[in-house]
Amino acid sequence: MKLTQGCFSFLPDLTDDQIAKQVQYCLANGWAVNIEFTDDPHPRNTYWEMWGLPMFDLQDAAGVMMELAQCRRVYGDRYIRISGFDSSYGWESVRISFLVNRPPQEAEFELVRQEVGGRAIRYTTVRKTPAHVS
Amino acid sequence: MNAHTGTVRGKERYRSGVMEYKRMGYWEPDYMPKDTDVIALFRVTPQEGVDPIEASAAVAGESSTATWTVVWTDRLTAAEKYRAKCYRVDPVPGTPGSYFAYIAYDLDLFEPGSIANLSASIIGNVFGFKPLKALRLEDMRFPVAYVKTFQGPATGIVVERERLDKFGRPLLGATVKPKLGLSGRNYGRVVYEALKGGLDFTKDDENINSQPFMHWRDRFLYCMEAVNRAQAASGEVKGTYLNITAGTMEDMYERAEFAKELGSCIVMIDLVIGYTAIQSMAKWARRNDMILHLHRAGHSTYTRQKSHGVSFRVIAKWMRLAGVDHIHAGTVVGKLEGDPNTTRGYYDVCREDFNPTKLEHGLFFDQSWASLNKMMPVASGGIHAGQMHQLLDLLGEDVVLQFGGGTIGHPMGIAAGAIANRVALEAMILARNEGRDYVHEGPEILARAAETCTPLKAALEVWKDVTFNYQSTDTPDFVPTALETV
Repeated sequence: MKLTQGCFSFLPDLTDDQIAKQVQYCLANGWAVNIEFTDDPHPRNTYWEMWGLPMFDLQDAAGVMMELAQCRRVYGDRYIRISGFDSSYGWESVRISFLVNRPPQEAEFELVRQEVGGRAIRYTTVRKTPAHVS
Repeated sequence: MNAHTGTVRGKERYRSGVMEYKRMGYWEPDYMPKDTDVIALFRVTPQEGVDPIEASAAVAGESSTATWTVVWTDRLTAAEKYRAKCYRVDPVPGTPGSYFAYIAYDLDLFEPGSIANLSASIIGNVFGFKPLKALRLEDMRFPVAYVKTFQGPATGIVVERERLDKFGRPLLGATVKPKLGLSGRNYGRVVYEALKGGLDFTKDDENINSQPFMHWRDRFLYCMEAVNRAQAASGEVKGTYLNITAGTMEDMYERAEFAKELGSCIVMIDLVIGYTAIQSMAKWARRNDMILHLHRAGHSTYTRQKSHGVSFRVIAKWMRLAGVDHIHAGTVVGKLEGDPNTTRGYYDVCREDFNPTKLEHGLFFDQSWASLNKMMPVASGGIHAGQMHQLLDLLGEDVVLQFGGGTIGHPMGIAAGAIANRVALEAMILARNEGRDYVHEGPEILARAAETCTPLKAALEVWKDVTFNYQSTDTPDFVPTALETV
């Protein structure tokens, strides 16, 4: 399965040059850039691990790309995403988020169905393969 | 033309009989609207021979305290406060015989938090008033004190995006087609294919409720199976707007509760259920963490013609107060009515915290939304992947693009249709963020993306010549001179 979270997951995986351009777009908008990683990409897992603090005052995407390279060195077998955070009034949330690294073996999910009354079913999405095998 | 006509005051004012509205205190050209006043702008077309000032004063009168004759019981009230005051009348540019009338209403005339009460005054009796040939409510300004009496959108754009974990691009949807006739089982198939293919949402159409070919529980059950299957297959949050519109509030609550029980993140209502029902469902949605989608079914009966009715920008304002999260607001390029500038005005009403006056977009007043949540506009009807650059340019990023026919009508199937739309969208966002002139290079960007995406290639081929170029009926009355000839 190709995990399709994030802004560009239907395109071929972004090259570093493409990633740097998106980061530059975030910086030009005054957004803080955050690198996060996880071995649990469940659609409801909001809190991926942070690779350090969000980078608030950068001018140049190169700084983010260096951090990304380091993050990949340590967690290259996991999902890594970059997000741009806009602190301006009325938004104060993420403005863009996209995957920049996938594990060699992508996560698989399956549905667990619990049949309840009136033909209704309670659905739970669970990971098919064991999470992170290291 | 904004001259005094001499308001009669004191004892003379209350002498039994009939008096012109403009002399009864409903025409006050010196009146300065208070920050706390509700202001309405009407397009007034008086009958032949009726003085426009008198006609406008009559609108103020009939939408507030007046009746056709003088009544002494006015004297038991602070009547001058309760009288709506028309304070300005301008000829409509280029439309002889029609006038813009600005009318101010004291805040005490309205019950807090009730669109029903507001609309009963502003568009109540007055629209049938005989001395008027036609009347249209063009725009309204609500004071912050009044805005704050409303809940506003149950979820709002920001929290909706957070719940869906989708940022930085328009959301993608499709309305299931054919809109009538599918069984629940077949209907769910369309939902599954479209969501698995790559859409974020699918949608019931406005008239899918509970019919012999598919009763509502069946639809909900099959749709939620489809949503959950697609979610597990993609690792991405998905949703389907389950239309809970029904004949009674009790039925609507029952359907809403069932949708919640099944784990749906969104439900849908039609505008025709009425303002009070909409406000009730908005409160229910806030209590139950549910996104509330509004289909504006019926609005064109009164919004489309410029001479008579209510402008959609007023409906959009009322709906933001009433508390829906999604509202269909036009596509510009699609099959349904929508002038680009007028539509831009609607989108600003949905999404901004403050709307400055912008006559060329049909916005006649500064309007603060006082931190009410933002409403997600929905663009639906006759749009396809080949227009992606135009859609992004005209409608921006915080919008749901609904490709119904443009997904389900794809020659390679529904999932392929969804892939085509998603790839086209992501390629366009990527290019825009990279600083490319995506509006002009749009066709080239799409063609390049199609090189590695056969479904997109097929979509571009099939719909390449489809456009809907018709004259809009609801256009702004003011044009900035620099852009006059387009």
